[in-house]
Amino acid sequence: MPKGSVAVTAERCKGCGFCVEFCPTHVLELSNAFNAKGYHPPHMVNAEKCSGCNLCGMYCPDFAIFGYRFPDAKNQKKEA
Amino acid sequence: MMHADPNCVLTGTHFMNGDAACCEGAIAAGARFAAGYPITPSTEVVERFAARVPKIGGIFIQMEDELAASITLQGMVWAGAKSFTVTSGPGYSLMMEHIGFAAMTETPCVFVNVQRGGPSTGLPTLPAQGDMMQARFGSHGDYSTISLVPNSPQECFSLTVKAFNLAEKFRVPVMFMMDECVGHMTEKVVIPDAKEIEVTPRRHASKPPSEFLLFEPGEELVPEMAHAGEGYKVYVTGLTHDKRGYPLMNPASQKELIPRLFEKISRAADELTIVESEGLEDADVVVVSYGITSRVAQRAIEMARAKGLKVGKLRLICVWPFPEKLIRELAPKVKALVMPELNMGQVVIELERCAGGQCKVISVPHPGGTVHKPADILAAIERGAQ
Amino acid sequence: MSTTADLHIHNPVEDVLRKERIPTIWCPGCGIGTTVNSFAAALLGQDIDLKKTAIVSGIGCSGRVSGYMALDSFHTTHGRAIPFATGLKLANPELNVIVYSGDGDLTSIGGNHLIHAARRNMDIMVVCVNNMIYAMTGGQAAATTPGNSITTTSPFGSFEPEICLPQLVDAAGAVFVARWTAYHVKQLERTMAKALKKKGFRFIEVLTPCPTLYQRRNNMGDGLAAMVDYKNRSKIRNGAPTYEVALEPGGEIVVGEFVDREREDYLTRMRRQLGTNYSELPPQPEEEEQEGCCSSC
Ligand SMILES: Cc1ncc(C[n+]2csc(CCOP(=O)(O)OP(=O)(O)O)c2C)c(N)n1
Ligand code: SF4
Ligand code: SF4
Ligand code: SF4
Ligand SMILES: [Mg+2]
Repeated sequence: MPKGSVAVTAERCKGCGFCVEFCPTHVLELSNAFNAKGYHPPHMVNAEKCSGCNLCGMYCPDFAIFGYRFPDAKNQKKEA
Repeated sequence: MMHADPNCVLTGTHFMNGDAACCEGAIAAGARFAAGYPITPSTEVVERFAARVPKIGGIFIQMEDELAASITLQGMVWAGAKSFTVTSGPGYSLMMEHIGFAAMTETPCVFVNVQRGGPSTGLPTLPAQGDMMQARFGSHGDYSTISLVPNSPQECFSLTVKAFNLAEKFRVPVMFMMDECVGHMTEKVVIPDAKEIEVTPRRHASKPPSEFLLFEPGEELVPEMAHAGEGYKVYVTGLTHDKRGYPLMNPASQKELIPRLFEKISRAADELTIVESEGLEDADVVVVSYGITSRVAQRAIEMARAKGLKVGKLRLICVWPFPEKLIRELAPKVKALVMPELNMGQVVIELERCAGGQCKVISVPHPGGTVHKPADILAAIERGAQ
Repeated sequence: MSTTADLHIHNPVEDVLRKERIPTIWCPGCGIGTTVNSFAAALLGQDIDLKKTAIVSGIGCSGRVSGYMALDSFHTTHGRAIPFATGLKLANPELNVIVYSGDGDLTSIGGNHLIHAARRNMDIMVVCVNNMIYAMTGGQAAATTPGNSITTTSPFGSFEPEICLPQLVDAAGAVFVARWTAYHVKQLERTMAKALKKKGFRFIEVLTPCPTLYQRRNNMGDGLAAMVDYKNRSKIRNGAPTYEVALEPGGEIVVGEFVDREREDYLTRMRRQLGTNYSELPPQPEEEEQEGCCSSC
């Protein structure tokens, strides 16, 4: 069970690859799909490894992706 | 309508120079902030301001140059203050970009220019009126502003108040075009009771942030203003912008914005026809002048009248916008309009345009450094009367 | 993947962005937006009154930052963001004033203002996005351009040495001086957060990729390549003397918080020195409704 996930606003993406490169657990890859501007937005290829740390969001210069933790993951953490 | 703050106004009869009176006018008008950079013959204005305003909660900051001063004052205005700067020739040239910024962003403020001889460093301590076209057209691009020209220390007081009031009313940078003579001349200056000094308040946003558009033309085509720190999230840019203030750079938005910047002033042409006139009704010749030159012209007019000539006087107190309607009405009724200026012929170009060939227009140029000889103006009057 | 609506979550940076203005004008792989994330996180991560926060930019690609932030945004003239910010701060000391602009803007055309604001210790925070080029005008050499670089105005390679900004502002008197790169998103956030809370003139230089107008001409790859390069070449040296942090082409990039000291800021000193000569504004007269009374003004 992954601890988090990402949300991508594909239309904002400019395909720079920052999110892919700097995800600490290599969750993302640029997809083959095109957005309306012709860029390849990222998608999750290792979804189970996503911690929801939002580092991808911090790197994204176009505010097109962000990571978030699942609420239960947060609770688990608190209890632990 | 508001009035000047009695705690700050030096009500009474004074003997002071034009620079000092200008400073007192700014304070009476509500200016508590200014940014400047020293330059002769204007510095006395801010020297006095620096001494006067700390006690009444104000700040004068001496910036590193005029580029800085002319934009620092606009930061002050967008933080809610009334502010101005003071300079002369070379400093005025450096301020040009920011006069355009103020025009574009509709920032109400006052630029005082105590004119000296130029070009370049020219005559730092001697008078001229060589920056009159620069006051109108000096910044790049197309814009319209207001220029007032005092001819006495008394007017340096009262017209400075007016300059601030017009800046607020029209949300434009107002040029206060003094000259070295007026600035350094010491005369009686009567500062009225604070209650008798009208002060135009800022056109402040009347709507809450959720409904407010920062550049929506309001009453008289002038938008209301919100300041930083008030929760309006203002967006101010020198780029062509839409009603929200957001950059929108295309011919349509340019067409919506720029003509309005002109029209908000041109529609008030009557209100901005600020002149002093005498004997226009039956004049053959009218001497049209402004600033210190009007005082020499007065002498020439008296000399001409002593010779039996019918001479009228028209003193332009507001030079820009130019009193076009008045001149168009006057030109067909006279033989000549005579215009002495302490420059090689600047405002006379506009006079000639408005006279439209209906009468002679005689320029009496002067390179500056001193004032005209009344005899030179008299000679022009005599030529005009022929 | 997109269960965000159910979870009632959104990209936190959007809380301080003018969302309706996205997409930005910035190129793919431009680093300016990345620095904005750190800035947004720093702003949101502490109790800063955003209603009392103004952001001022000059002109340039970096100068567009102010206009994307949902704060009081001022996009001024080229080089003059600092004096405009100075005016805001003086007339309303309650404001948090941040200047966010480019290297050319802040350090060449605006260099004199940078020096003097630091000297005065004006209470403003300056973020200098250093992409080592005049980007917006098409990639001309800047005072920050590394020697030998090809630019549109140095087609045979630049032969001017580059300026060391931390050393300059340190010497001029800034109380807080730091440098990071766009790669250091978390460190930059922490530094910005710290700087936001500090009083006085604070300066943060951020090296950012400009793939379009700097790197392309110098065979330096895309934005990502620059980010990886920053990662590889950076060395964190907090407290490093600023005379040791000059950027050498291809050399080590020293990053970190270099200066953090206390010095009275402009307004505090002004009030102290003026003493009883300074008094806050006297009460403003009541607005009166009756018509005006005088013609002399
Ligand atoms: C007075 C003036 N001179 C020149 C310009 C043209 N200009 C616009 S942006 C710019 C350079 C911006 O460089 P920088 O500040 O480094 O920003 P960047 O685009 O690299 O982010 C120049 C020279 C201008 N707008 N105003
Ligand atoms: S949230 Fe963190 S772990 Fe998940 S994709 Fe983004 S960077 Fe990777
Ligand atoms: S960092 Fe942003 S713009 Fe770049 S590829 Fe990822 S989502 Fe797209
Ligand atoms: S030209 Fe360079 S600095 Fe400007 S947006 Fe493109 S990548 Fe960014
Ligand atoms: Mg740059």
